[in-house]
Amino acid sequence: MCTVCGCSDGKTSIEHAHDHHHGHDGHHHDHDHVHDGHHHDHHHGHGHHHGPVHDQAPADAGLLDRGANPAGQTIAGLSSDRIIQVERDILGKNDSLAAANRARFRADEVLAFNLVSSPGAGKTSLLVRAVSELKDSFPVGVIEGDQQTSNDAERIRATGVAAIQVNTGKGCHLDAAMVGDAYDRLPWLNGGLLFIENVGNLVCPAAFDLGEACKIVVFSTTEGEDKPLKYPDMFAASSLMLINKIDLAPVLDFDLARTVEYARRVNPKIEVLTVSARTGEGFSAFYAWIRRRWTKLKQSGMVAQG
Amino acid sequence: MHEMALCEGIIGIVEDEARKRSFSKVKVVCLEIGVLSHVAPEAIQFCFEAVAARTIARDAKLEIIETPGTAWCMACSTNVEIRQRYEPCPSCGSHQLQVTGGEEMRVKELEVD
Repeated sequence: MCTVCGCSDGKTSIEHAHDHHHGHDGHHHDHDHVHDGHHHDHHHGHGHHHGPVHDQAPADAGLLDRGANPAGQTIAGLSSDRIIQVERDILGKNDSLAAANRARFRADEVLAFNLVSSPGAGKTSLLVRAVSELKDSFPVGVIEGDQQTSNDAERIRATGVAAIQVNTGKGCHLDAAMVGDAYDRLPWLNGGLLFIENVGNLVCPAAFDLGEACKIVVFSTTEGEDKPLKYPDMFAASSLMLINKIDLAPVLDFDLARTVEYARRVNPKIEVLTVSARTGEGFSAFYAWIRRRWTKLKQSGMVAQG
Repeated sequence: MHEMALCEGIIGIVEDEARKRSFSKVKVVCLEIGVLSHVAPEAIQFCFEAVAARTIARDAKLEIIETPGTAWCMACSTNVEIRQRYEPCPSCGSHQLQVTGGEEMRVKELEVD
């Protein structure tokens, strides 16, 4: 079984940048990885103490052994049921892999963005324009997530920018293990930008940290203004909302102010930019936003190095 | 269906604990799921049985403790309880809320044999 994902039957595949063949399809099958960082033995009271509480300290502080008695003997007929305090995050394994990705990005001084949206909001068109126009200023790489096909990675590669496609099979989101594997296959992005285009889905990708600096939610004017209220988790998890297809707004009766108001009900801190991937409108502001984040990353790196 | 992935995560934790603590049967899996987390308890209940089949948790009952959503209202400088992310502050109506709790998805404890 891989990380937290239901991909045990090898449905996920990650493109290889080179010709050599791997025996597996790009997943870490790390069964021995125990992340005790998420494991705390708590001793607070709760409703599951069925048996006596013993005065002596148990051998395992996180174990309430209902079958044991103070003499350490097992009494015939007494249940051996026991309550184990676990207190572990369900996404703990993904989170620890995301932390490892984040450390790698930091070491490479790579600014990573996780682009999320519903299908058809225009993430790929937006990326095609952005990477074409940024590639002369930064090393740029793209990780593309889709259930099937390499179409999106091919569109990116046509611009001359390196891209790796991850096919999630039946999976509805990218996870940190997939991104780590795909990052291995990209050229070194020293001091550059990594765009991770998640599977088009406004629900599931919200839960999975990939190690990115932040999530960017792409919302298009052809979607309803109340989408931030309908899918609040994604808008709450994102730092920037890019409102795409703004060139269509006049013919759609799109209410920009209301969209922004709804997004800020869910996330008061979310930044908002309007763009058109088709015409290029608004992209200079988007690049200025990226450059501010990049400068901040560089400065924090210099502080960390003393 | 990220609920399936989350249930795989739960089973992964149960199997990991089974190796560390030497038990072979799980009777109850107790979860803490915040009302502002990324999953609905009913969806987890629905998927758990399918994912737990053929694992040591196949006969386990799932108990879910729902923890409340809390947020810091920047307008009235108090902690308030909310059920949804888009809800306004119940005292002042402001949307200037910073979520402080209710996002957790944890395996709290196991009853094992």
